[in-house]
Amino acid sequence: MGAMSFQVVVLAGGGGLSKELFPLVTKDLPKALLPVGNRPLISYLVELLEASYIKDLLVVVASEEAATLVENFISSAFYDRLRVEVVSVPEELETADVLRKISHRLTADDFLVVSGDLMSDIPVGAVAALHRRKDAAVTALLCGRPNLKSSEGSTGASSKDKTKQPVSDIIGLDSSQEHLLFLASSGNVGKELKVRRSLLRIAGNMEIRTDLVDAHLYAFKRVIVQEVLDSRPGIKCIKRDLVPYLIRWQLGLGATPAPASAVSDEGSDPPRAGSVENGAPAVSISGDEVSSLLQRVCSIDPSPFKCCAYVASPGKYCARVNTLQAYGEVNRAIADEMISLTQYEVSSHNNVVHETAVMGSKTTVGPHCMVGEGSQMGDKCKIKRSVVGRHCRIGSNVTIVNSVVMNYVTIDDNCSIQSSVVCSNAHLQERSSLKDCQVGASYVVGANQEYREEALAKKEKSSS
Amino acid sequence: MAAEKVYHNKGGAIHVDIACDVDLVRLALSLTSLPVLDLIKRTKKLMADVVLSVTVPHTLPLNEQICYHLATAGIGPALNKLNDRSHASGPEEYLGQAVLLADSFAQQFRPITDERPKVLLPLVNVPMIDYTLEWLASAGVEEVFVFCCAHAKQVTSHLEHSRWTSQSNFTVTPIESRDCVSAGDALRVIDQRGVVRGDFILISGDTVSNMSLKEVLKEHQERRKKDKLAVMTMVYRRCKPHPLIYQTRLGSEQLLLVVDPSTKQLLHYDSMKEAGGRESTKQQTLARQVVLERSLLADRPAVQLCSDVQDCYIDICSPEVLLLFTDNFDYQHLRRDFVRGLLSDEILGNKIHTYEIIGDYAARIDNLRAYDVVSKDIIHRWTYPMVPDIRFASPETGIKIGRSNIYKEDGLVLAPTTIIGPSTVVGSGTSISDNTIIRNSVIGRGCTIGSNVVIEGSHIWNNVTICDNVQIRHAVVCDGVNLKARAIIQPGVVLSFKVVIGEDFTVPAYSKISLVLQRHEEENSDEELEYAEAASGVAGSAPSPLYDGMNGSQADDGEETPQSPRWDPLQVGLGGAGCKWSTGQDDEWRHSVAPIPPEKIKEIVAREEEAELEDAARDMTTSSRKDNVEEQPDDDDDEDADEEDDSLFFDKEVEALFSRAVTGESSAENVVLEVDGLKLAYDRSFSDCAGAMFRALLNLAAQGPQTTSRELVQNTKQVLLQWGPLLRRFLKHQDDEMEVLLVFEEVCTEDRKEYAPVFASVLQELYDKDVISEEAIIAWASEKQHGDESDKIFVKQCERFIQWLQEASEEDDEGGEEA
Repeated sequence: MGAMSFQVVVLAGGGGLSKELFPLVTKDLPKALLPVGNRPLISYLVELLEASYIKDLLVVVASEEAATLVENFISSAFYDRLRVEVVSVPEELETADVLRKISHRLTADDFLVVSGDLMSDIPVGAVAALHRRKDAAVTALLCGRPNLKSSEGSTGASSKDKTKQPVSDIIGLDSSQEHLLFLASSGNVGKELKVRRSLLRIAGNMEIRTDLVDAHLYAFKRVIVQEVLDSRPGIKCIKRDLVPYLIRWQLGLGATPAPASAVSDEGSDPPRAGSVENGAPAVSISGDEVSSLLQRVCSIDPSPFKCCAYVASPGKYCARVNTLQAYGEVNRAIADEMISLTQYEVSSHNNVVHETAVMGSKTTVGPHCMVGEGSQMGDKCKIKRSVVGRHCRIGSNVTIVNSVVMNYVTIDDNCSIQSSVVCSNAHLQERSSLKDCQVGASYVVGANQEYREEALAKKEKSSS
Repeated sequence: MAAEKVYHNKGGAIHVDIACDVDLVRLALSLTSLPVLDLIKRTKKLMADVVLSVTVPHTLPLNEQICYHLATAGIGPALNKLNDRSHASGPEEYLGQAVLLADSFAQQFRPITDERPKVLLPLVNVPMIDYTLEWLASAGVEEVFVFCCAHAKQVTSHLEHSRWTSQSNFTVTPIESRDCVSAGDALRVIDQRGVVRGDFILISGDTVSNMSLKEVLKEHQERRKKDKLAVMTMVYRRCKPHPLIYQTRLGSEQLLLVVDPSTKQLLHYDSMKEAGGRESTKQQTLARQVVLERSLLADRPAVQLCSDVQDCYIDICSPEVLLLFTDNFDYQHLRRDFVRGLLSDEILGNKIHTYEIIGDYAARIDNLRAYDVVSKDIIHRWTYPMVPDIRFASPETGIKIGRSNIYKEDGLVLAPTTIIGPSTVVGSGTSISDNTIIRNSVIGRGCTIGSNVVIEGSHIWNNVTICDNVQIRHAVVCDGVNLKARAIIQPGVVLSFKVVIGEDFTVPAYSKISLVLQRHEEENSDEELEYAEAASGVAGSAPSPLYDGMNGSQADDGEETPQSPRWDPLQVGLGGAGCKWSTGQDDEWRHSVAPIPPEKIKEIVAREEEAELEDAARDMTTSSRKDNVEEQPDDDDDEDADEEDDSLFFDKEVEALFSRAVTGESSAENVVLEVDGLKLAYDRSFSDCAGAMFRALLNLAAQGPQTTSRELVQNTKQVLLQWGPLLRRFLKHQDDEMEVLLVFEEVCTEDRKEYAPVFASVLQELYDKDVISEEAIIAWASEKQHGDESDKIFVKQCERFIQWLQEASEEDDEGGEEA
């Protein structure tokens, strides 16, 4: 409710350029519309925002074609509920450049920037409220790192991805856990971590956390951000440049990120923990000048900048669909513990099978599975921990484990799909076998073919 | 016992165990009606050829155990004392030992400490060591080993006359050693003595605290049970984060602890002092940055960086700590060497943990500012029960506490017009005359203070004579000082024992004046050594030649100091006595008792802000530079530049070495050694050395008289003939030879283009002189095969030569096969 005057910028990505999600995302299927649990990815975010009474959205999509697709979807799905404006920007722009580009559209005092691939149940309104309450320049949403225990069985994750360092952030918070003192993604930090002493000196105490991730949801104070973006053309990326810049700047002005404590401790706290110091002012009282200087130094002009962090309470779900591995995991989670995000009705078998789906004899769909509208399955199929889209035609004796099968996919008899993603309109011919593969849209996997850890896509599609 | 004896005779046992069970001992006693020692003696007599194992019953109080220990030691050499450690460190009966270092191995309190050890300096009229001992006694420590080094005699005699000797369940054992120069040495001595049997508390004699040790000991011991490597627990206390407050507080440098918040393990210990003070800009920026190993974060969800802490120098140590000191004989300083060493040592994996005290007080007095601050804390009763009105150290006269922390000891003579301001302590036997004002100060016992005197924020010790109209602000005035009328003592001044300040004289701020002459020749030696030497010089019975001229100037002699004509009236005024010590430091203000002058604070603030701006500017340049090099970690650019610098420097150095060999200043043998040294220093490989060497060689050849390329080749040939073998010594491997060729190419295209046309000829020369093998040349050529056209210029030039080589080698191969 307090978020009413917030504008929200959703960075929905584009189509095709995202290397991380190749070959899933194409010109015809922008990232925002990637099916997750048989629903377009962006719908989750829009619903999350809606739950916080945020109805004014500015969805930024890279490339015009993709923008049209996204707009079509949103206007058909949410036309009666939300005011959504879809804007297209050139594909190669980095996030901060995108903000510059749309800067003229921002009018509210504060605005939220959120990555369109966020899947979460954290109330966005709480972040906005904290931002307002603290009068912060930026407030970042942080949440606990999803434990990676399930990574081995995850869909579509090839071992290449697993050898990559897990995406993690290095985040510095002060003792109140509310002020952001450091933010870097671990990929941008070398062997050594450098922390400014001045920062420590002012904050006194800083906890460097690696068990938190930046959810890529930021609340910004418009005036400050616009000014910074205008004066600092070097800032290209929100996370890599803009937020660290603001963090630095809040200290550059010599202000204390923990001003409350600095002021009150100088005064007359009741004696407790560290308050032995309170005996000390007697020492420095000798000159009024000294104490006034001390006062000045300790509490000076409240900085216009304050960088805050909203740390989501543990147990909240937060994931970003920005890698193949994450895509697989999110689909698995959506069909499992996060089913509540989808608002589907769960059957007694603990799965979601559309009423129009047809299944042959002895075909089993295990728990934590989804089968979309109008999909047909032959006899003796086995589906485990997988999401099958709409109108798929699946032959007999097909095994689908730990995988995502999108819409209109044809799978012939005796195929086996493990830990893979099969995009729409793909065709798997008889006895083909996939493990840790991604099959692009409309790709045909020949009969008796066996693939492992491969991304299969039509040439002309992947060339973008 | 009797039974055992029988068994021994029968079975010929080689060990006889006198049981550690009290009952058994009692039984033995009742059986034999002999004292235990006698028992042992008799047994020994009976079984002279047998090694006796005597376990001192640890159920006895510790001091008795020690007695037995010592006594049994005297019985015979073949007697093996065993004090079963595993039994002795049981939780109930063993509350703890402490090692108290009655020497700070530092010199912040000079010149006072030249005459009296720091631990005996009065802190609110009580020697510092008594605060420490009182705290240990009340915290349940049973046995304290007081390690004395400088002024050992004074410390031991103080202990002998103190009440600690007569207190039950608390023993204070002095350990003397003269030749220790650091805390590390002290601990090594203690290890040698073998008196420490379990976990112990390591503190220095200048610690004032009222913290309870029970909990930290318990934590330490429980951790030890789980993890044998958790050898030490360090106590720290929170304080305010701002630098100004640090300095106004204890004058210590800013400290940074990195702690794992879940296990409390210490991961990094960093004090600003060591990082700062270097010149190059890189170092300066480093000084403004804390560099943490990324690996610290590797398997931890979080680490805590605390800069708002103060190290109390109270450590709970396991016996292993002593062993570590013995093993690493270069450990001197507890923090700088030991803690750092332990943290960086990954092989042994010893761990240090931390303990934060909450609510309790603990502080170490390691400089004059800390002295001042702690004094005030005592007066303000933060250290309760160690406060002036509770006479813990010695049964003394009563003391009355008035409002706003005014303490007046009995036996004061105060003129009615005297004004005693807040936060002031006045000792007994002191008389104060009319219209004198005293505020925020500590006045010792037996002082005589005239009229119209102003004393503010100062520490006046015992038996000080202050004449009329003297003004003292924020100064330390030691025992027996005589301030003549109208003298003015400015802030930050230290007047050591028995100094006399003449009439109307003004002692300028931050002066230190002592009757002991400063010894300048020691100025350059190690700081830790300095104090010890100076100290033992004074403590020694025979005064060193330096003191001959001023006989009796030592505090111990107790004589009135004769007026010496040698005192400079410019330093102490007419009729004064004492000489000024120069410290050679301009940051006296940092550690003096005087409050930091406002202009200094302004300076600090300004410097801070400047640094801040600089940093911001630098950050901006790097981040704008980042546009070009996307996704690069922040400071990569800097490092690259550095590396380039380094390699340039390395090349230069090698060339310099080489030219020395050429001019005959150095032998080839030496050059090899020195280049090897450089290689290690710059962390280079042999191929780097070879490359640099070759570069030098080419430069040398090109310097010779040459007009045509033929002459250049001739020169090079000459040089190669002479120095080729030297170069050869760095070519350990084919890769090194390749490197030489690559360097050669680089030289031809960049520094010395004159070589370009003669590349092939020189290459042939290199081959002929056995500097470069044919394999290397062929490998080089084949590597270039796939390069750009521009890369292949030189390969092309040598095409024929290479072809010839290849054919030759093929022939060789064939020949080999045929054979």
